[in-house]
Amino acid sequence: MSELIQSSKVAGLTKVNDFVVKFANVNGSGSASANSMFAKAVFRMGIPISPHNIFPSNIQGLPTWYEVRISEQGYLGRREGVDLIVAMNEQTIGKDIASVVPGGYVLYDSSKVLANELLRDDVNYLPIPLKDICLEEFEKPAQRQLFKNIVYVGALSAFLNIDFEVLTGLVGDQFRGKEKLILPNIHALELGHHYASDNFDCPLSLQLKRSDKNEGKILVDGNTATGLGSVYGGATVAAWYPLTPSTSVVDNFSKYCQRLRIDAGTGKKKYSIVQAEDELAAIGIVIGAGWNGARAFTATSGPGISLMQEFLGLAYFSEVPVVLFNIQRVGPSTGMPTRSQQGDLLCCAYASHGDTKHALLFPATPKECFDYAAGAFDIADRIQSPVIVMSDLELGMNEQICEPLNWDDKSQYDRGKVLNAEQLEEIEKYGRYLDSDGDGIPYRTYPGTHPSKGSYFTRGSSHDSYAAYTEDGAVYAEVMDRLTLKMKTAVDYLPAPEFSESTGNRFGLVYLGTTASAINEVLDDLAKKGIALDTMRIRAFPFHTSITEFIDAHELVYVIEQNRDAQLKSLLKIECNIHEEKMRSILSYDGVLITAQHIEKSILKSMQTLEESGKASA
Amino acid sequence: MSYINKPKFKHPQMQANDIGLTRRDYEGTLTTLCGGCGHDSISAAIIQAAADMSLEPHRVAKISGIGCSSKIPSYFLSKAHGFNSVHGRMPSVATGANIANKELYYIGISGDGDSASIGLGQFCHIVRRRINMLYIVANNGTYGLTKGQLSATADLGSKTKSGEESQFDNIDMATLAIELGASFVARSFSGDKKQLIPLIQAGLTHKGFAFIDVISPCVTFNNTDFSTHGYKNTWENNVALSGVDFVPLREEITTSYAAGKEKEITLHDGSVVHLHKTDNNYDPTDKENALHHINEHKNQGKIATGLLYINQSTSDLHELQETVDKPLNCLGNQELCPGSEALNDINNTFR
Repeated sequence: MSELIQSSKVAGLTKVNDFVVKFANVNGSGSASANSMFAKAVFRMGIPISPHNIFPSNIQGLPTWYEVRISEQGYLGRREGVDLIVAMNEQTIGKDIASVVPGGYVLYDSSKVLANELLRDDVNYLPIPLKDICLEEFEKPAQRQLFKNIVYVGALSAFLNIDFEVLTGLVGDQFRGKEKLILPNIHALELGHHYASDNFDCPLSLQLKRSDKNEGKILVDGNTATGLGSVYGGATVAAWYPLTPSTSVVDNFSKYCQRLRIDAGTGKKKYSIVQAEDELAAIGIVIGAGWNGARAFTATSGPGISLMQEFLGLAYFSEVPVVLFNIQRVGPSTGMPTRSQQGDLLCCAYASHGDTKHALLFPATPKECFDYAAGAFDIADRIQSPVIVMSDLELGMNEQICEPLNWDDKSQYDRGKVLNAEQLEEIEKYGRYLDSDGDGIPYRTYPGTHPSKGSYFTRGSSHDSYAAYTEDGAVYAEVMDRLTLKMKTAVDYLPAPEFSESTGNRFGLVYLGTTASAINEVLDDLAKKGIALDTMRIRAFPFHTSITEFIDAHELVYVIEQNRDAQLKSLLKIECNIHEEKMRSILSYDGVLITAQHIEKSILKSMQTLEESGKASA
Repeated sequence: MSYINKPKFKHPQMQANDIGLTRRDYEGTLTTLCGGCGHDSISAAIIQAAADMSLEPHRVAKISGIGCSSKIPSYFLSKAHGFNSVHGRMPSVATGANIANKELYYIGISGDGDSASIGLGQFCHIVRRRINMLYIVANNGTYGLTKGQLSATADLGSKTKSGEESQFDNIDMATLAIELGASFVARSFSGDKKQLIPLIQAGLTHKGFAFIDVISPCVTFNNTDFSTHGYKNTWENNVALSGVDFVPLREEITTSYAAGKEKEITLHDGSVVHLHKTDNNYDPTDKENALHHINEHKNQGKIATGLLYINQSTSDLHELQETVDKPLNCLGNQELCPGSEALNDINNTFR
């Protein structure tokens, strides 16, 4: 059989350090750790990679894919088309083989004959009898199943020229402390490597070559960085309700707290984590803790954001610091829980009934997840209002290459305007909501500070500058106007947009969050066609004044975002008073990361239309 | 009106307590509730309880939800921080506050709509979580602020002023609290200060989750002869399982009780609760017995009141979670930030 398939061999793709490998597996089969071992091996060879998990909302038995883009140029976005597929899932093998570009490769388990209709004459087949090898070599049923994955990684190391020592080093790291597991794993890798070397010309023309592009860099997912950033940012209280894809934020906070936040003398914990009964309680706990002077956060996703709306309004109106990590997934409703989207921009910007506005941060890399997580606690304390960090599943749950995390030991937490007992002593009459500094930010006190001064009644009902209940419309309006001023002041504490070095081009690109992964590639590809663009990556809401200036300075900007309704564009219209004609949307909302190809096509098509309409009007 | 402060005039003969404060120092703003509302008696009982215990007002945090009941925190201890949160969610806010600073006293005030309907889930979970606080439900069987709808604690067959009859079985907050693991559960009547004040004092002193269900009649909407939450029914059918006295640690016990007719419970700080036994020989440390007594009285149309259940051997959330002795809100950079060196080591695990 293998002879038959090999005889259909066509000229294989010749590519070095620039291709896409996709693994098609059944979830719950133990493929995840094998696949990430592959990705990490390429990373350790110094070659930029970006792995993307495309997984089901399920524990066992459904299709799952792991796509690894390898790019010497450092293009970390997704790329359309697959150069090599590891087809391990019989449910999807037809589609999986069809996704391979002509000249590409199909690695499959040849213990079972491949159906005739799955044979293409324009791709190369790499049959490996994975099941048979494992049946012969391993005794335990679980090992026979799990090691199939390790065997194909071993085979890939021969096909693609992965340093075998890099793989064995990874196995050693992964099973440190569980030494018994090291040898069988290395054995499985060798089995694959030997089978491939013995039966095929290895390496293929599609291959890897050591590089030096990852010097100093790290490979980590956004949620790990977010959890760690919360530890560094001084969070002591986390309250949450499990929800994909946000769960690993708290898991990681917990993991690092157990390591870094235990009091050396007593062994007691300098943190508290409460798994609440629902998202309402989770944010309620955060508000209670924030009101009482502890740094507190919750992590959730779209459905949780919907449930937290009422409390977010309370925190806005009663001015309590809150940090909320929204790891966005596909909505509306339950949507696609394991797919990514930037679909919560509007519902977070103005969360809750009545006139509200919330500070949003848009991280684009795991490093920014760390920095923004730590920074969010300072901002929330400073502006005494919720700060929502808008990550997404793509960033939160996929490993990404980025600069190492760093911390300035000289930095101190900014607890904002909080009066202590001595300061209260000097004040004649304390008013919780008095704007003494003219920046819209009043002074707060923690419960228990002073025996007779500084107490006040926090409420979501209308109140005056002294926190007393009021139904006087003018007093209410005064408070609302101060809150408007406060959110203007907030802009000074938020990260400004990031601009391209180039300026003065006719057209600009505006984007945020994970869309950033595609932009370098878009610019390089369009430059080859003689098109130059200026770019602006928005990093926070409410918007910085330079955002309007950038858009004003261009004939037209493309607003690129990953949702159906162009929510970022809407926000720009509402907040910056930008005319519809100045902006064109480029949208992607199929649940997987937007690609450079999609953006380029959209831009080229739009430019062509503009040119034609220009000619027509001329 | 709740925003009008009471005059600060002190009567020269007003007695100061052990920390030099008079009853006036424990008051709040003027009430905006209806004249004769049971809730005002609860405020008064809290004021008296706190003053008699010489509690420092600013070491108390008062937290409530929404509704007539949740206005109560305005009317006592104006030197304490208060938080009127959202409907049914006081338990979560109180949980967060307590986690942030374990050194304050927490008084949660809620109502039957707030805790038995919209907030029933949060109520159940704060009980399970064993937050160290006093949780009072001002229970009037009706929604006062929205003009008299039946609430989930209204007894089957009970009628409101408009004649609406409850067709459903009631939720009994006290038995629910006992079943869910509350370590101090009492029921009282806003009209019975003599019973309510020592229960509040014992509840504040108890280490763990203390719950008091206070029947607090709504004079405007649910005080009819056909309402089981009205003054008439509560006066007539209130059966105290035992009389209660609270003796703070520093006070000498002066009252004498007839031999064999009292039970003494020493709280964790050394304060003592005296229960004067009635003829039923009630034992509040027996959980099954407590549930049995409450239900038995209910079946006879009676309301069992007093200290229904107490268990002093449970741990609160901070003990369960083994948090540091210093309140979490007092920890600073030095104690919380692991620093750059640790981060560099972590970076290496990502390579």
